[in-house]
Amino acid sequence: MNWSFWLPLLILLSSLVPGIAIFFLPQYAHRARTTLNMAAATLKLLLVAFLVWGVFHQQHYETRLSLLPEIDLLFRVDTLSVLLVVLSSVLWFFTTLYAVGYLEGSPHRSRFFGFFSLCVSASAGIALAGNLLTFFIFYEMLTLSTYPLVIHRGTKKALRAGKIYLGYTLAGGVLFLVGMAWLRTLVGPLSFIQGGLLANAPPVDSQTLTIIFALLIAGVGVKAALVPLHGWLPHAMVAPAPVSALLHAVAVVKAGAFGIVRIVDNVFGIEFVASLGLAAPLAWVASFTIVYGSIRALFQDDLKRRLAYSTISQVSYIALGAAILNPVATIGAMAHLVHQGLMKITLFFCAGNLAETLGIHRISEMAGVGRRMPWTMTAFTLGALGMIGVPPLAGFISKWYLGSGAVLAGEEWVLVILALSSLLNAAYFLPILYIAWFKPQENPWPEEVSHGRFETAWMLLLPPLVTATMVLAAGLLAHVPFSPAEWARLIAVREYHHPL
Amino acid sequence: MEPPNFSAHWPAWIMVLPLVGALLAFTVPRYKSLIGLITAIGVLLLGVALTQQVLAEGPQRYAIGGWRAPLGIEFYVDGLSALMLLLAALVGVFTSLYGAAYFGSKENPHYAHERAYFWPLWLFLWAALNGLFLTADIFNAYVTLELIGLASVGLVGLSGQAAALGAAMRYLLVSLLGSLFYLLGVGLLYAGYHTVDMVSLGQAIQAGPLPRAALTLMGVGLLLKTALFPLHFWLPPAHADAPTPVSSILSALVVKATFYLLLRLWFIVFPDATTAAAANLLGLLGAFAILWGSIQALQTQRLKLLVAYSTVAQLGYLFLVFPLTQETATAFTAWSGGLYHALAHGLAKGGMFLAAGTVLYALQHDRIQDLNGISQHLPVTLFAFGLAGVSLMGLPPSGGFLAKWSLLTAAIASHQWGWAFIIVLGGLLASGYVFRVLARAFAQVPSTANYRPVPWFMEWSALLLALMAVALGLIAQTPLTLIGIGAPVPDKELLL
Repeated sequence: MNWSFWLPLLILLSSLVPGIAIFFLPQYAHRARTTLNMAAATLKLLLVAFLVWGVFHQQHYETRLSLLPEIDLLFRVDTLSVLLVVLSSVLWFFTTLYAVGYLEGSPHRSRFFGFFSLCVSASAGIALAGNLLTFFIFYEMLTLSTYPLVIHRGTKKALRAGKIYLGYTLAGGVLFLVGMAWLRTLVGPLSFIQGGLLANAPPVDSQTLTIIFALLIAGVGVKAALVPLHGWLPHAMVAPAPVSALLHAVAVVKAGAFGIVRIVDNVFGIEFVASLGLAAPLAWVASFTIVYGSIRALFQDDLKRRLAYSTISQVSYIALGAAILNPVATIGAMAHLVHQGLMKITLFFCAGNLAETLGIHRISEMAGVGRRMPWTMTAFTLGALGMIGVPPLAGFISKWYLGSGAVLAGEEWVLVILALSSLLNAAYFLPILYIAWFKPQENPWPEEVSHGRFETAWMLLLPPLVTATMVLAAGLLAHVPFSPAEWARLIAVREYHHPL
Repeated sequence: MEPPNFSAHWPAWIMVLPLVGALLAFTVPRYKSLIGLITAIGVLLLGVALTQQVLAEGPQRYAIGGWRAPLGIEFYVDGLSALMLLLAALVGVFTSLYGAAYFGSKENPHYAHERAYFWPLWLFLWAALNGLFLTADIFNAYVTLELIGLASVGLVGLSGQAAALGAAMRYLLVSLLGSLFYLLGVGLLYAGYHTVDMVSLGQAIQAGPLPRAALTLMGVGLLLKTALFPLHFWLPPAHADAPTPVSSILSALVVKATFYLLLRLWFIVFPDATTAAAANLLGLLGAFAILWGSIQALQTQRLKLLVAYSTVAQLGYLFLVFPLTQETATAFTAWSGGLYHALAHGLAKGGMFLAAGTVLYALQHDRIQDLNGISQHLPVTLFAFGLAGVSLMGLPPSGGFLAKWSLLTAAIASHQWGWAFIIVLGGLLASGYVFRVLARAFAQVPSTANYRPVPWFMEWSALLLALMAVALGLIAQTPLTLIGIGAPVPDKELLL
């Protein structure tokens, strides 16, 4: 068997085929559905592990399926693809476990898990895409498969959120489409190339390229929730907790951030972006988003909404790192792609546990919750401290690289943004920790559900504990091979042709 | 004596077979469904065979009974004809399957004549459509147009109910008026050039008042029948009030037939008499159709009417072909995009109408505001509706995406930004009306509605058509090659 051809395809199919099969399972086939889900997630992990090993050893994986002359569905694995595909397959595993526990007994589970798997396939497709068209196909597939998840509860509020979500993402898709079609007519096939496709393309006037850059970045910026394209994200909070976890950590915002990195690094190319003077505006937008999201987060009492605004802020670290155009900052951006995923998914799992076990949705209701659910709150604390950037947690590592990269690039102002953002992070996370751990319980829990031996069902407890451990490990072991930060270094080395 | 060469007569058979089927279904009513289905499968096989032949050997000329023009009747098959024949065959087969279940169902209290006349009328219509796609002269085109019109009117009025009869009456008048205009144009041309053969006319016609007048008359007639904005007023009631299999046929095929003829006239008969202003006017009407049809679809209260307004909008895209083919460098890309749109829309709209009809059948109403929660009861149908929607919205990797992508690249590459804007705006509007239905379907409400059980044939026919519309985006090589065979535009490289 020709692994270099089949492996990317198998990784895609390992969630696509089970996803389609799940649609056809009847509602009551609980055991079959769970088995299928977990088996697929495990298989995907194994395939991805194999892939990582291969890429580390310079093995070249490429699947090319010809759609038309000069138009291919192309999957090509590079170090950057690996980062997202690992993140999505690892977190898929734990999110599925969590979702099985979370949705126990609720209606439409076959539909839910079907679209859930499609969503993960779409993010794998985005990660493995080797050209802009393939990226776009899966990018739009992600939009379509997340919509039913956002409106899963079927309430008026959920439907409204779905409408807003679609409005933003489809409009973004259209901008992207126009940018892509335009670029296609100017330079031909749009493969991702290390160092940038446009570096070796026929010359095009810089004004046109600037417009195309803006169209493409706006297209992916919607999903990355760059201000002012972020409006859908707080509304999407009505979705069930596993969906929020998926949206905020793995699939949607990551697809957007990943797209920004691809466009800057592999389509336009770092040097070209610099020569066109496009990096600075992108960095400003990202910086503004970082500060804006944090400030909005301060004023939310609803826990999930506070986390949502925090996502808006934190994801822009990735865009900022990509826009600084320095190898060290690039490491920060890439590492944060993974780190933010780990931290944010932990926080959302914990928020879901509080809601499911005690009926708590608001921060003001959290007094004394640390005593009632110590494990959940420990995981939450690790995630929150990581977000603030406390060493030795994962978030510290990303901020360190971002900061050093900015200094090396002579962009000291970024340090101000980072400091301000960390301060704001502390300002909206520390009160939560204080209320949960130190304030005594005042009122009875809104809706308490008893789970016997543990503080909550084990399927809800295990995933956040594991991801919180990863937050710790990614920070402590940042210099061990295969850690996210080390992998990010590998990407930067290959992208900048520069030993670090 | 030479062995009989069957393959040489396929063009004749693909028209004769449905005609024979229609006669048999009429005279042996006992087996009408069986006859209909066998005929449908036969026509599909012939369509595939004929397509293969065109792919292998290029455009074909065929003289019926060996009599060449100007005395005899000639058929001409190029990529465009083969494509339309194939589209009719694919939509025809699945609609026939649906129809067999729909009209055969004991649950559905159909009127006796509705059951009895569907098959003869539909097969007759199919024969007339195939005849139009094959004909090489403008007078026979008129004859087939009339036959198409009459059979369609009969199908619309099949149920005999007041709304349907009203719609059928309006349709009849419009159809006759359209044919009349067309015939006047034919008369003028015959008087001026003494031939009705398309190719000879094309060689003879120069710019001048006579061909201008003929083109205007024929154009107006055909636009009326194609329901291009603002001449679309008759379409929504006719397509929405007809029995579901008929709606699918009308929306997917019948309006395309007149568009097909318009393309033939524009590019073969009148290439020297057309003007940029006329092309831009057609494009502009198409743009208005996209906007107006979408806005109506966003507001209407009934599901089948929504799907019908979507047809008004999607037909608009076809007319962008005229302005976009004026630029030589991008003409072929625009031509391919337009025809790909005709193909993808036919399959998607066929599937969508069948899905909408299944909802109507199951609920016995199609009020959009009362469709809450239907995805629980009709998941396959909803999936079909959604997939067809993906193609109509132009999302990848569907056939609709490829069509819009080609039109868009043609518009961008030739710097015609206005058309580019309309193309993408139309996609967004389409997503508006498609998700309007899907959101309802996913809504969670305690359902008190009574669902009538649906034959699985009906659900799956819709799904298969929708799947094919999506698959067109993945297997585009062959259809695009076909579109290029004998294409009457400068043959430049495809700018995909």
